[in-house]
Amino acid sequence: MRKLLISLLAIPFLLFASASSPFAANKVPEKGEVLPTINLPIPKNPDEKGYLGLSGDGSFRIPKIKAKVVIVELFSMYCPFCQKDAPKINEMYQMIQDNPDLKNKIKLIGIGAGNSPYEVSVFKKTYSVPFPLFPDKDFIIHKAYGEVRTPYFIGVKINEDGTHQIIHTQLGDFQGAEPFLEVILKAAGLK
Amino acid sequence: MQKKKLAHLFLILGVLSVFFLNPMAYGLSDAFKENIYQMGTLKPIDSVLKVKVGDRAPDFALSAVSGEKVSLSQYRGKKSVVLSFVPAAWTPVCSDQWPGYNIAKDIFDENNAILLGITVDNLPTLFAWTNQMGKLWFPVLSDFWPHGAVAKKYGVLRSNGVSERALFVIDKKGTIRYIDVHDINKRPPLEDLVNALEKLK
Repeated sequence: MRKLLISLLAIPFLLFASASSPFAANKVPEKGEVLPTINLPIPKNPDEKGYLGLSGDGSFRIPKIKAKVVIVELFSMYCPFCQKDAPKINEMYQMIQDNPDLKNKIKLIGIGAGNSPYEVSVFKKTYSVPFPLFPDKDFIIHKAYGEVRTPYFIGVKINEDGTHQIIHTQLGDFQGAEPFLEVILKAAGLK
Repeated sequence: MQKKKLAHLFLILGVLSVFFLNPMAYGLSDAFKENIYQMGTLKPIDSVLKVKVGDRAPDFALSAVSGEKVSLSQYRGKKSVVLSFVPAAWTPVCSDQWPGYNIAKDIFDENNAILLGITVDNLPTLFAWTNQMGKLWFPVLSDFWPHGAVAKKYGVLRSNGVSERALFVIDKKGTIRYIDVHDINKRPPLEDLVNALEKLK
């Protein structure tokens, strides 16, 4: 009897633990939903800060980026496909920056799943990544994003009223700068 | 009664651990697709080191995936050597460790060091597995037969026959200068290894 009682007592605790534990895996964010609430540090580098349209220091949330669409790439310096795709993602960044119609509308950021600041810096340097990359050393953001495999791309539309929706998600299979951008522009209604 | 209570406590802790010690999503590169064998969370370390910092590193000669035979002593007087033992091909953390070193060649070069990757897998397995990583700049060595002999010499062979996730930094004179027998479930941060290499200068 006592055995049963102790076991029963444990159940609510277990449920509570699984729901609130920061270690419990979350679901993968899907199209039409909002992003998991995560804070990123405002970049110290003035160019990156300017690119994202942020000011001051402290932290920010992705929908605060000054853009109509933000493309988030979850990557890892340890991931061969992320390495292989890096030059193509850079090409997409350049394509956006070179187009006066898109330049201030579409912004890119990368989040290094399980990567320390040093590891992110190695990736950034190796591939001369021109857009801001953020470390996620303890997989906290990666967990919030449902532990997706890398590279994982998320397109987020930011509305005039400050709300946002996910308009595109994609695991790997980066189809090249132009076709990917096409998909994003269509999904965002910018085309 | 007391014993029973204790048993219950363990049961509850055991169940709870499923929630708290959930292995992180390593092996998270899509490059390996569904080919990664999930191991769950393993005992962090399951061997006893037989060498220590300051010791002469035990010499060995192993076959590399490229076909050549590589010995530790061939680098003596020429380069520092980093030995990276990883437990097994096609497992989560290991599959996500060497590809990172693969883009850090300049860091090894700056420190006049060579990296030797070692597992207890046989050559064909290592060939297929490392092919998924792209072209690796460092030799990958098979410590398959006699099984895990080199891992055993260093004291990093686990009781189930795979090696630990361990890093050894050996200077040009052949002396061990840094050892990190890492929690097998986690990837060692690159900066710790780089700091160890920079201390050799």
